[in-house]
Amino acid sequence: MESTKAPTSNERPGGGLREVAINLLTILYFAFALFPVFWMIIVSLKPSNELFSTYFFFHPTFDSYRTVLGLAGDSGVPFVRFFMNSLVISIGAVLLSLIIGIPAAYAFARFHFRGSKDLLFTILSFRFAPELMVIIPLYVIYQKLGLFDTYIGMIWVMQLVTIPMIVWILRSYFQDLTPELEQSALLDGYTRIQAFMRVAAPLVRPGIAAVALLSFIFAWNNFVFPLILTSSNAQTVTVGSLTFLGGNRPNYNLTAAAALVAAVPPLILALSIQRYLVRGLSFGAVKG
Amino acid sequence: MSATTADDRAPKKVSSGRRALRPYLLTLPALLLTIGILYPFGLGVFYTFFDYSASNPQPGFIGLENYTNMFASSDFWSSALVTFEYAIGTTVIETMLGVAVALLLYRGSLVSGVLEKVLILPLMIAPVIATIMWNLMLQPSIGVVNYLLSPFGLGGIEWTDSPGLALFSMIMIDVWVFTPFVAILALAGMRSLPRDPFEAASVDGAGYWYTFRRLMLPMLWPYILVAVIFRFMDSLKMFDIIYALTQGGPGDSTMVLQVRAYQDAILFTSFSQGLAYMVVLWAIVFGITRILVGVLGRAQARAAGAS
Repeated sequence: MESTKAPTSNERPGGGLREVAINLLTILYFAFALFPVFWMIIVSLKPSNELFSTYFFFHPTFDSYRTVLGLAGDSGVPFVRFFMNSLVISIGAVLLSLIIGIPAAYAFARFHFRGSKDLLFTILSFRFAPELMVIIPLYVIYQKLGLFDTYIGMIWVMQLVTIPMIVWILRSYFQDLTPELEQSALLDGYTRIQAFMRVAAPLVRPGIAAVALLSFIFAWNNFVFPLILTSSNAQTVTVGSLTFLGGNRPNYNLTAAAALVAAVPPLILALSIQRYLVRGLSFGAVKG
Repeated sequence: MSATTADDRAPKKVSSGRRALRPYLLTLPALLLTIGILYPFGLGVFYTFFDYSASNPQPGFIGLENYTNMFASSDFWSSALVTFEYAIGTTVIETMLGVAVALLLYRGSLVSGVLEKVLILPLMIAPVIATIMWNLMLQPSIGVVNYLLSPFGLGGIEWTDSPGLALFSMIMIDVWVFTPFVAILALAGMRSLPRDPFEAASVDGAGYWYTFRRLMLPMLWPYILVAVIFRFMDSLKMFDIIYALTQGGPGDSTMVLQVRAYQDAILFTSFSQGLAYMVVLWAIVFGITRILVGVLGRAQARAAGAS
C-alpha cells in the first residue's frame, strides 16, 4: 500500500498510527473546506420563523428558493434577471475572447515576430493589474459613450479577465503541438488556414473547451466590474446576491438560497474540467 | 519585418510579403483589444495630474498634488499597511496550509481519493459568494461559529464588527477560498517529480521529514513559487472579500488600497484622487511581480540543474 503510490512514505513501526493521523488531518481540513457550503444549504432550507431560533434542527422548506426565483411573492430583487445577465455577459465575453484569442495564441506559439513578446506580456499583465486602475477611467468613458450598464460594455471589460487566460493557456497548448504535423499537411497541399483548421485546432480542442469553461467561470464570478459599471439593467448575480444582505432585517435564508443558485453553474463546470485545471489556473506556468 | 517563422521549409504558396504579414494579421484583433484596454489605463494615469471629479467636470492641471496629498495623509499609509498585512498574512498561511494539504493527499489515505475531487470547490465559488456564506456563519448572535464555540466558553465574538478581528476574519475567508489553489499546484508538482531519488532515499532509510526537507522541497520550490506569485499579486489587489464583508470598516481597520480607491473615486466621485491610489498600487504590484518572477527563473534553473 505504500512506496509505489507514494515514494516519500517511509513505513516504520508505528505506521498504523501515522495512517490514522493522516486520515484525521485530511478530514479536518476538508471539514473546514466543506462546512460553509453545508451550512449555506442548511440556512437556505430554513423557514423564516426558525431562522434565528434554530441551528441544525428545523422544518426544511424550499420557500427561499421559490422566493428568490420569483415563483412565490416578490423578493424585491430581480434575481432571475441577474442570472440571465450573468449568462449573457459571461458567454459573450468568452466567445469574443475565443475569436480574438485563438488566432493570437496560435501566432504567438508558431511565429516570432517583432513586438510579439511585448504584446504577449502586455496581455498577461492585465491579469496582475489592479482592476480599479482601468475601471475608474472606464466608468467615466462609459458614462459618456452610453455603455454604462449595458451588455456590450460589460462584455468588453470582461476581456480583462478572459483574454489573458485564453491567450496564455492556448499558446502553451499550441507550443506542445509539434509543428511537423502542420508542415506535413502543408506539403500535402493544404493552405495554412486549412492546416490550422483541420490539423492543429482539432488536436487542441480539449484545451480550447477547458479554457473556455474556466474563463467562463472567472467571468461569472467577477464582482468588481459589474459593481461599478452596471446599475440595474446589466447587473449580475454576484452583485445581485449581495443585495439580499442589505436592509434592516437581512433575509439570511434568501441570501443563502441566492448564493447557492449563483454558485451552481461554476461548480458544475469546474467538476467537468478538473483534468485541465492546473494548467488553466497557473496560466501554463505549471503544466498539469 | 523580421518574420522568422517555424515553417520556412514549407512550400511557398503565398508571396513572402503576405507570409511576413501573417502573424500580424492573426494578432491584430488582440492588438486592438490591448489598445482598447491600455487607453483607459493611460487615461487613468493622465487624470491623476488633474483635479478631476464629478463636481469639477472642467479639471485643471495640478501636477503632482494628488500624489503629495496622498503621501502626506495618514489614510494612505494606514491603507498601505493593511494591504500588506492582508497580502502577507493570506499568502503565508495559504502557502503553508496548501503544501500541507497537498502532502496529505499525495501521501494517500483511505479518504484522500474522494476528498481530492472536491478540493477545487471553494476556489470555483465567487469570492463574494464565499464571503456571504462566511458572513452568515460569523454573525455574533445567530452565527453557527459562535454557537459551536460556546461549549468552550467562547461566545458572542464580534468577528466582523470589531476592529481587531475584522482583518483576521477576512484573512480566514481568503484562506478558505484560495488554499485549494496552492494545494492543486503543489500536488501537480509533487506528482511530476522523478521517483528514483525518493526510492534511493527510502532504501537508505532516510526519515520522512528529512526526505521532505532535503529532497522534495528543493525540487518542488518552483511550483510553490508560482503559487506564491499568483497569490501575493491577487491578495495585494483583493477587493471582493473586503468590500463584501466590511467595506473597509469598522472605522478604517480593513481599508485596503483598492477599497479606498473605490470609496474616493466612485462613492465620493473624486476620480483623480482615487486613481492616484491605484497608480501606486499598480507600481507596487508591478515591481514585486518583476522581483518574484526573477526569483522564479533562478529557482527553475536550479531545479532543472538538480534533477
